Amino acid sequence: MKLIEIAQRLGLKVEAGVDHLENEVRGGYAGDLLSCVMARAKTGDLWVTVQRHPNIVAVAVLVGLAGIVVTEGGNIEPATLERAEQEGIPILVSSASAFRVVGELWDLGIRGE
Amino acid sequence: MRSRGAGTRTQLTKLEELLRELRVEEVMTRRLVSVSGDFTMAQVKELLRKHRISGVPVLEGEALVGVVSIEDVTRALEQGEMGAKVRDRMSREVITVFADEPAVEAVKRFAHTKVGRLPVLDRGGKVVGILTPGDPVGRAFRVMDLRYREQEQQRWQQKGLGLEDLLGEGASLVLRFRVQGEDFAGAGKASVQAKRVLGRLGLDPGAVRRATIAAYEAEMNLIIHTRGGELTLEATPHSVVVEAVDKGPGIVDVEQALQPGFSTAPEWVCEMGFGAGMGLNNIQSCADEFEIESEVGRGTRVRAVVHLSQSGRKDRLNR
Ligand SMILES: Nc1ncnc2c1ncn2[C@@H]1O[C@H](COP(=O)(O)OP(=O)(O)OP(=O)(O)O)[C@@H](O)[C@H]1O
Ligand SMILES: [Mg+2]
Repeated sequence: MKLIEIAQRLGLKVEAGVDHLENEVRGGYAGDLLSCVMARAKTGDLWVTVQRHPNIVAVAVLVGLAGIVVTEGGNIEPATLERAEQEGIPILVSSASAFRVVGELWDLGIRGE
Repeated sequence: MRSRGAGTRTQLTKLEELLRELRVEEVMTRRLVSVSGDFTMAQVKELLRKHRISGVPVLEGEALVGVVSIEDVTRALEQGEMGAKVRDRMSREVITVFADEPAVEAVKRFAHTKVGRLPVLDRGGKVVGILTPGDPVGRAFRVMDLRYREQEQQRWQQKGLGLEDLLGEGASLVLRFRVQGEDFAGAGKASVQAKRVLGRLGLDPGAVRRATIAAYEAEMNLIIHTRGGELTLEATPHSVVVEAVDKGPGIVDVEQALQPGFSTAPEWVCEMGFGAGMGLNNIQSCADEFEIESEVGRGTRVRAVVHLSQSGRKDRLNR
């Protein structure tokens, strides 16, 4: 499923990377410990996290993620968004908790291990 | 001499093939300058000069009714008839070519008729472009050149690492980054940069992924646990070697540091999601060879080697 469809269905706010919403989402991973994301997320996964500092963009690039969903709303640091734009990583924001976002993704057929 | 003759011959055959393959519409000029029969020859002269062309089609509405060329203008000039209408001075016998015909047909028409331009028509009879004698062959050569370059690039990519061809056997490419301690703003930049460079070299993406994830963990350890150090990635035709070196504080118990979950990261760093105690383990699982050396007060050196798959070996983490 394309990221743009997920963004629409879940009502996510696109904060960065509008030009990359055609990215195909192959699966999902949720978690806030960066080394665990590095170890377990797969290429093409959508990553659900509360982290919002610039380093999440580096993680997304290196793992080859389709995008990042930042949960629990609020503002994202401008430095994070700037870096996401530079690297072409979509950042989508939800005001819901990770629990809820993951549940909705699962309902759409997005799976993870 | 002999080999050169053969080379020219194969080029000619390729050119012929290409002229058969390309359609007229792929080699013609689309931006069409045209006049109506009401133009004066003086106006035509201006138009030809302005556009640096030697002739234009004459249209009445959408229909092609003739062609007027620089020769017609010259003749009108000699006869002092520059005020004459195009309609009375143009040639009405227009040789044309269809847009969907092979380009080679246009070449033949130029050879047999000696005209200086061929208006191009669609099957509805509408003028859609114009062709001059050099267009088909010139364009075909450009296409040949383009395809040659594409093939070159593909050959490079198929070979995997092109470094051997680029630098010669035994040479390697070294990327070296200074990493500042506690520089969370720049954190991960070196590894991301390295990924971009290695990717562009056409290396196996799975191997690049593993090498740069290892580099990232080493880079983060320099930032979190040291006052800074140096991160290098060395690409050879067979491997990528990642190395991180710092001058302290060093690790008290390396065995313990390698345990999954062991971490001395301070609380404020953990809040950012670091300090899972998984970094060194990640480096190990990404690497085909792994070494760590540390001495308290002197520093730490981490080295990880990722082999490049030569025979299409299924990459372990190429998931
Ligand atoms: N270059 C280094 N200098 C000093 N100590 C280090 C260095 N690298 C690692 N360590 C020590 O080894 C421990 C384990 O490192 P590791 O990278 O596995 O986990 P971490 O950095 O604590 O957390 P994570 O990498 O999961 O964010 C660290 O907490 C730290 O005590
Ligand atoms: Mg670490």
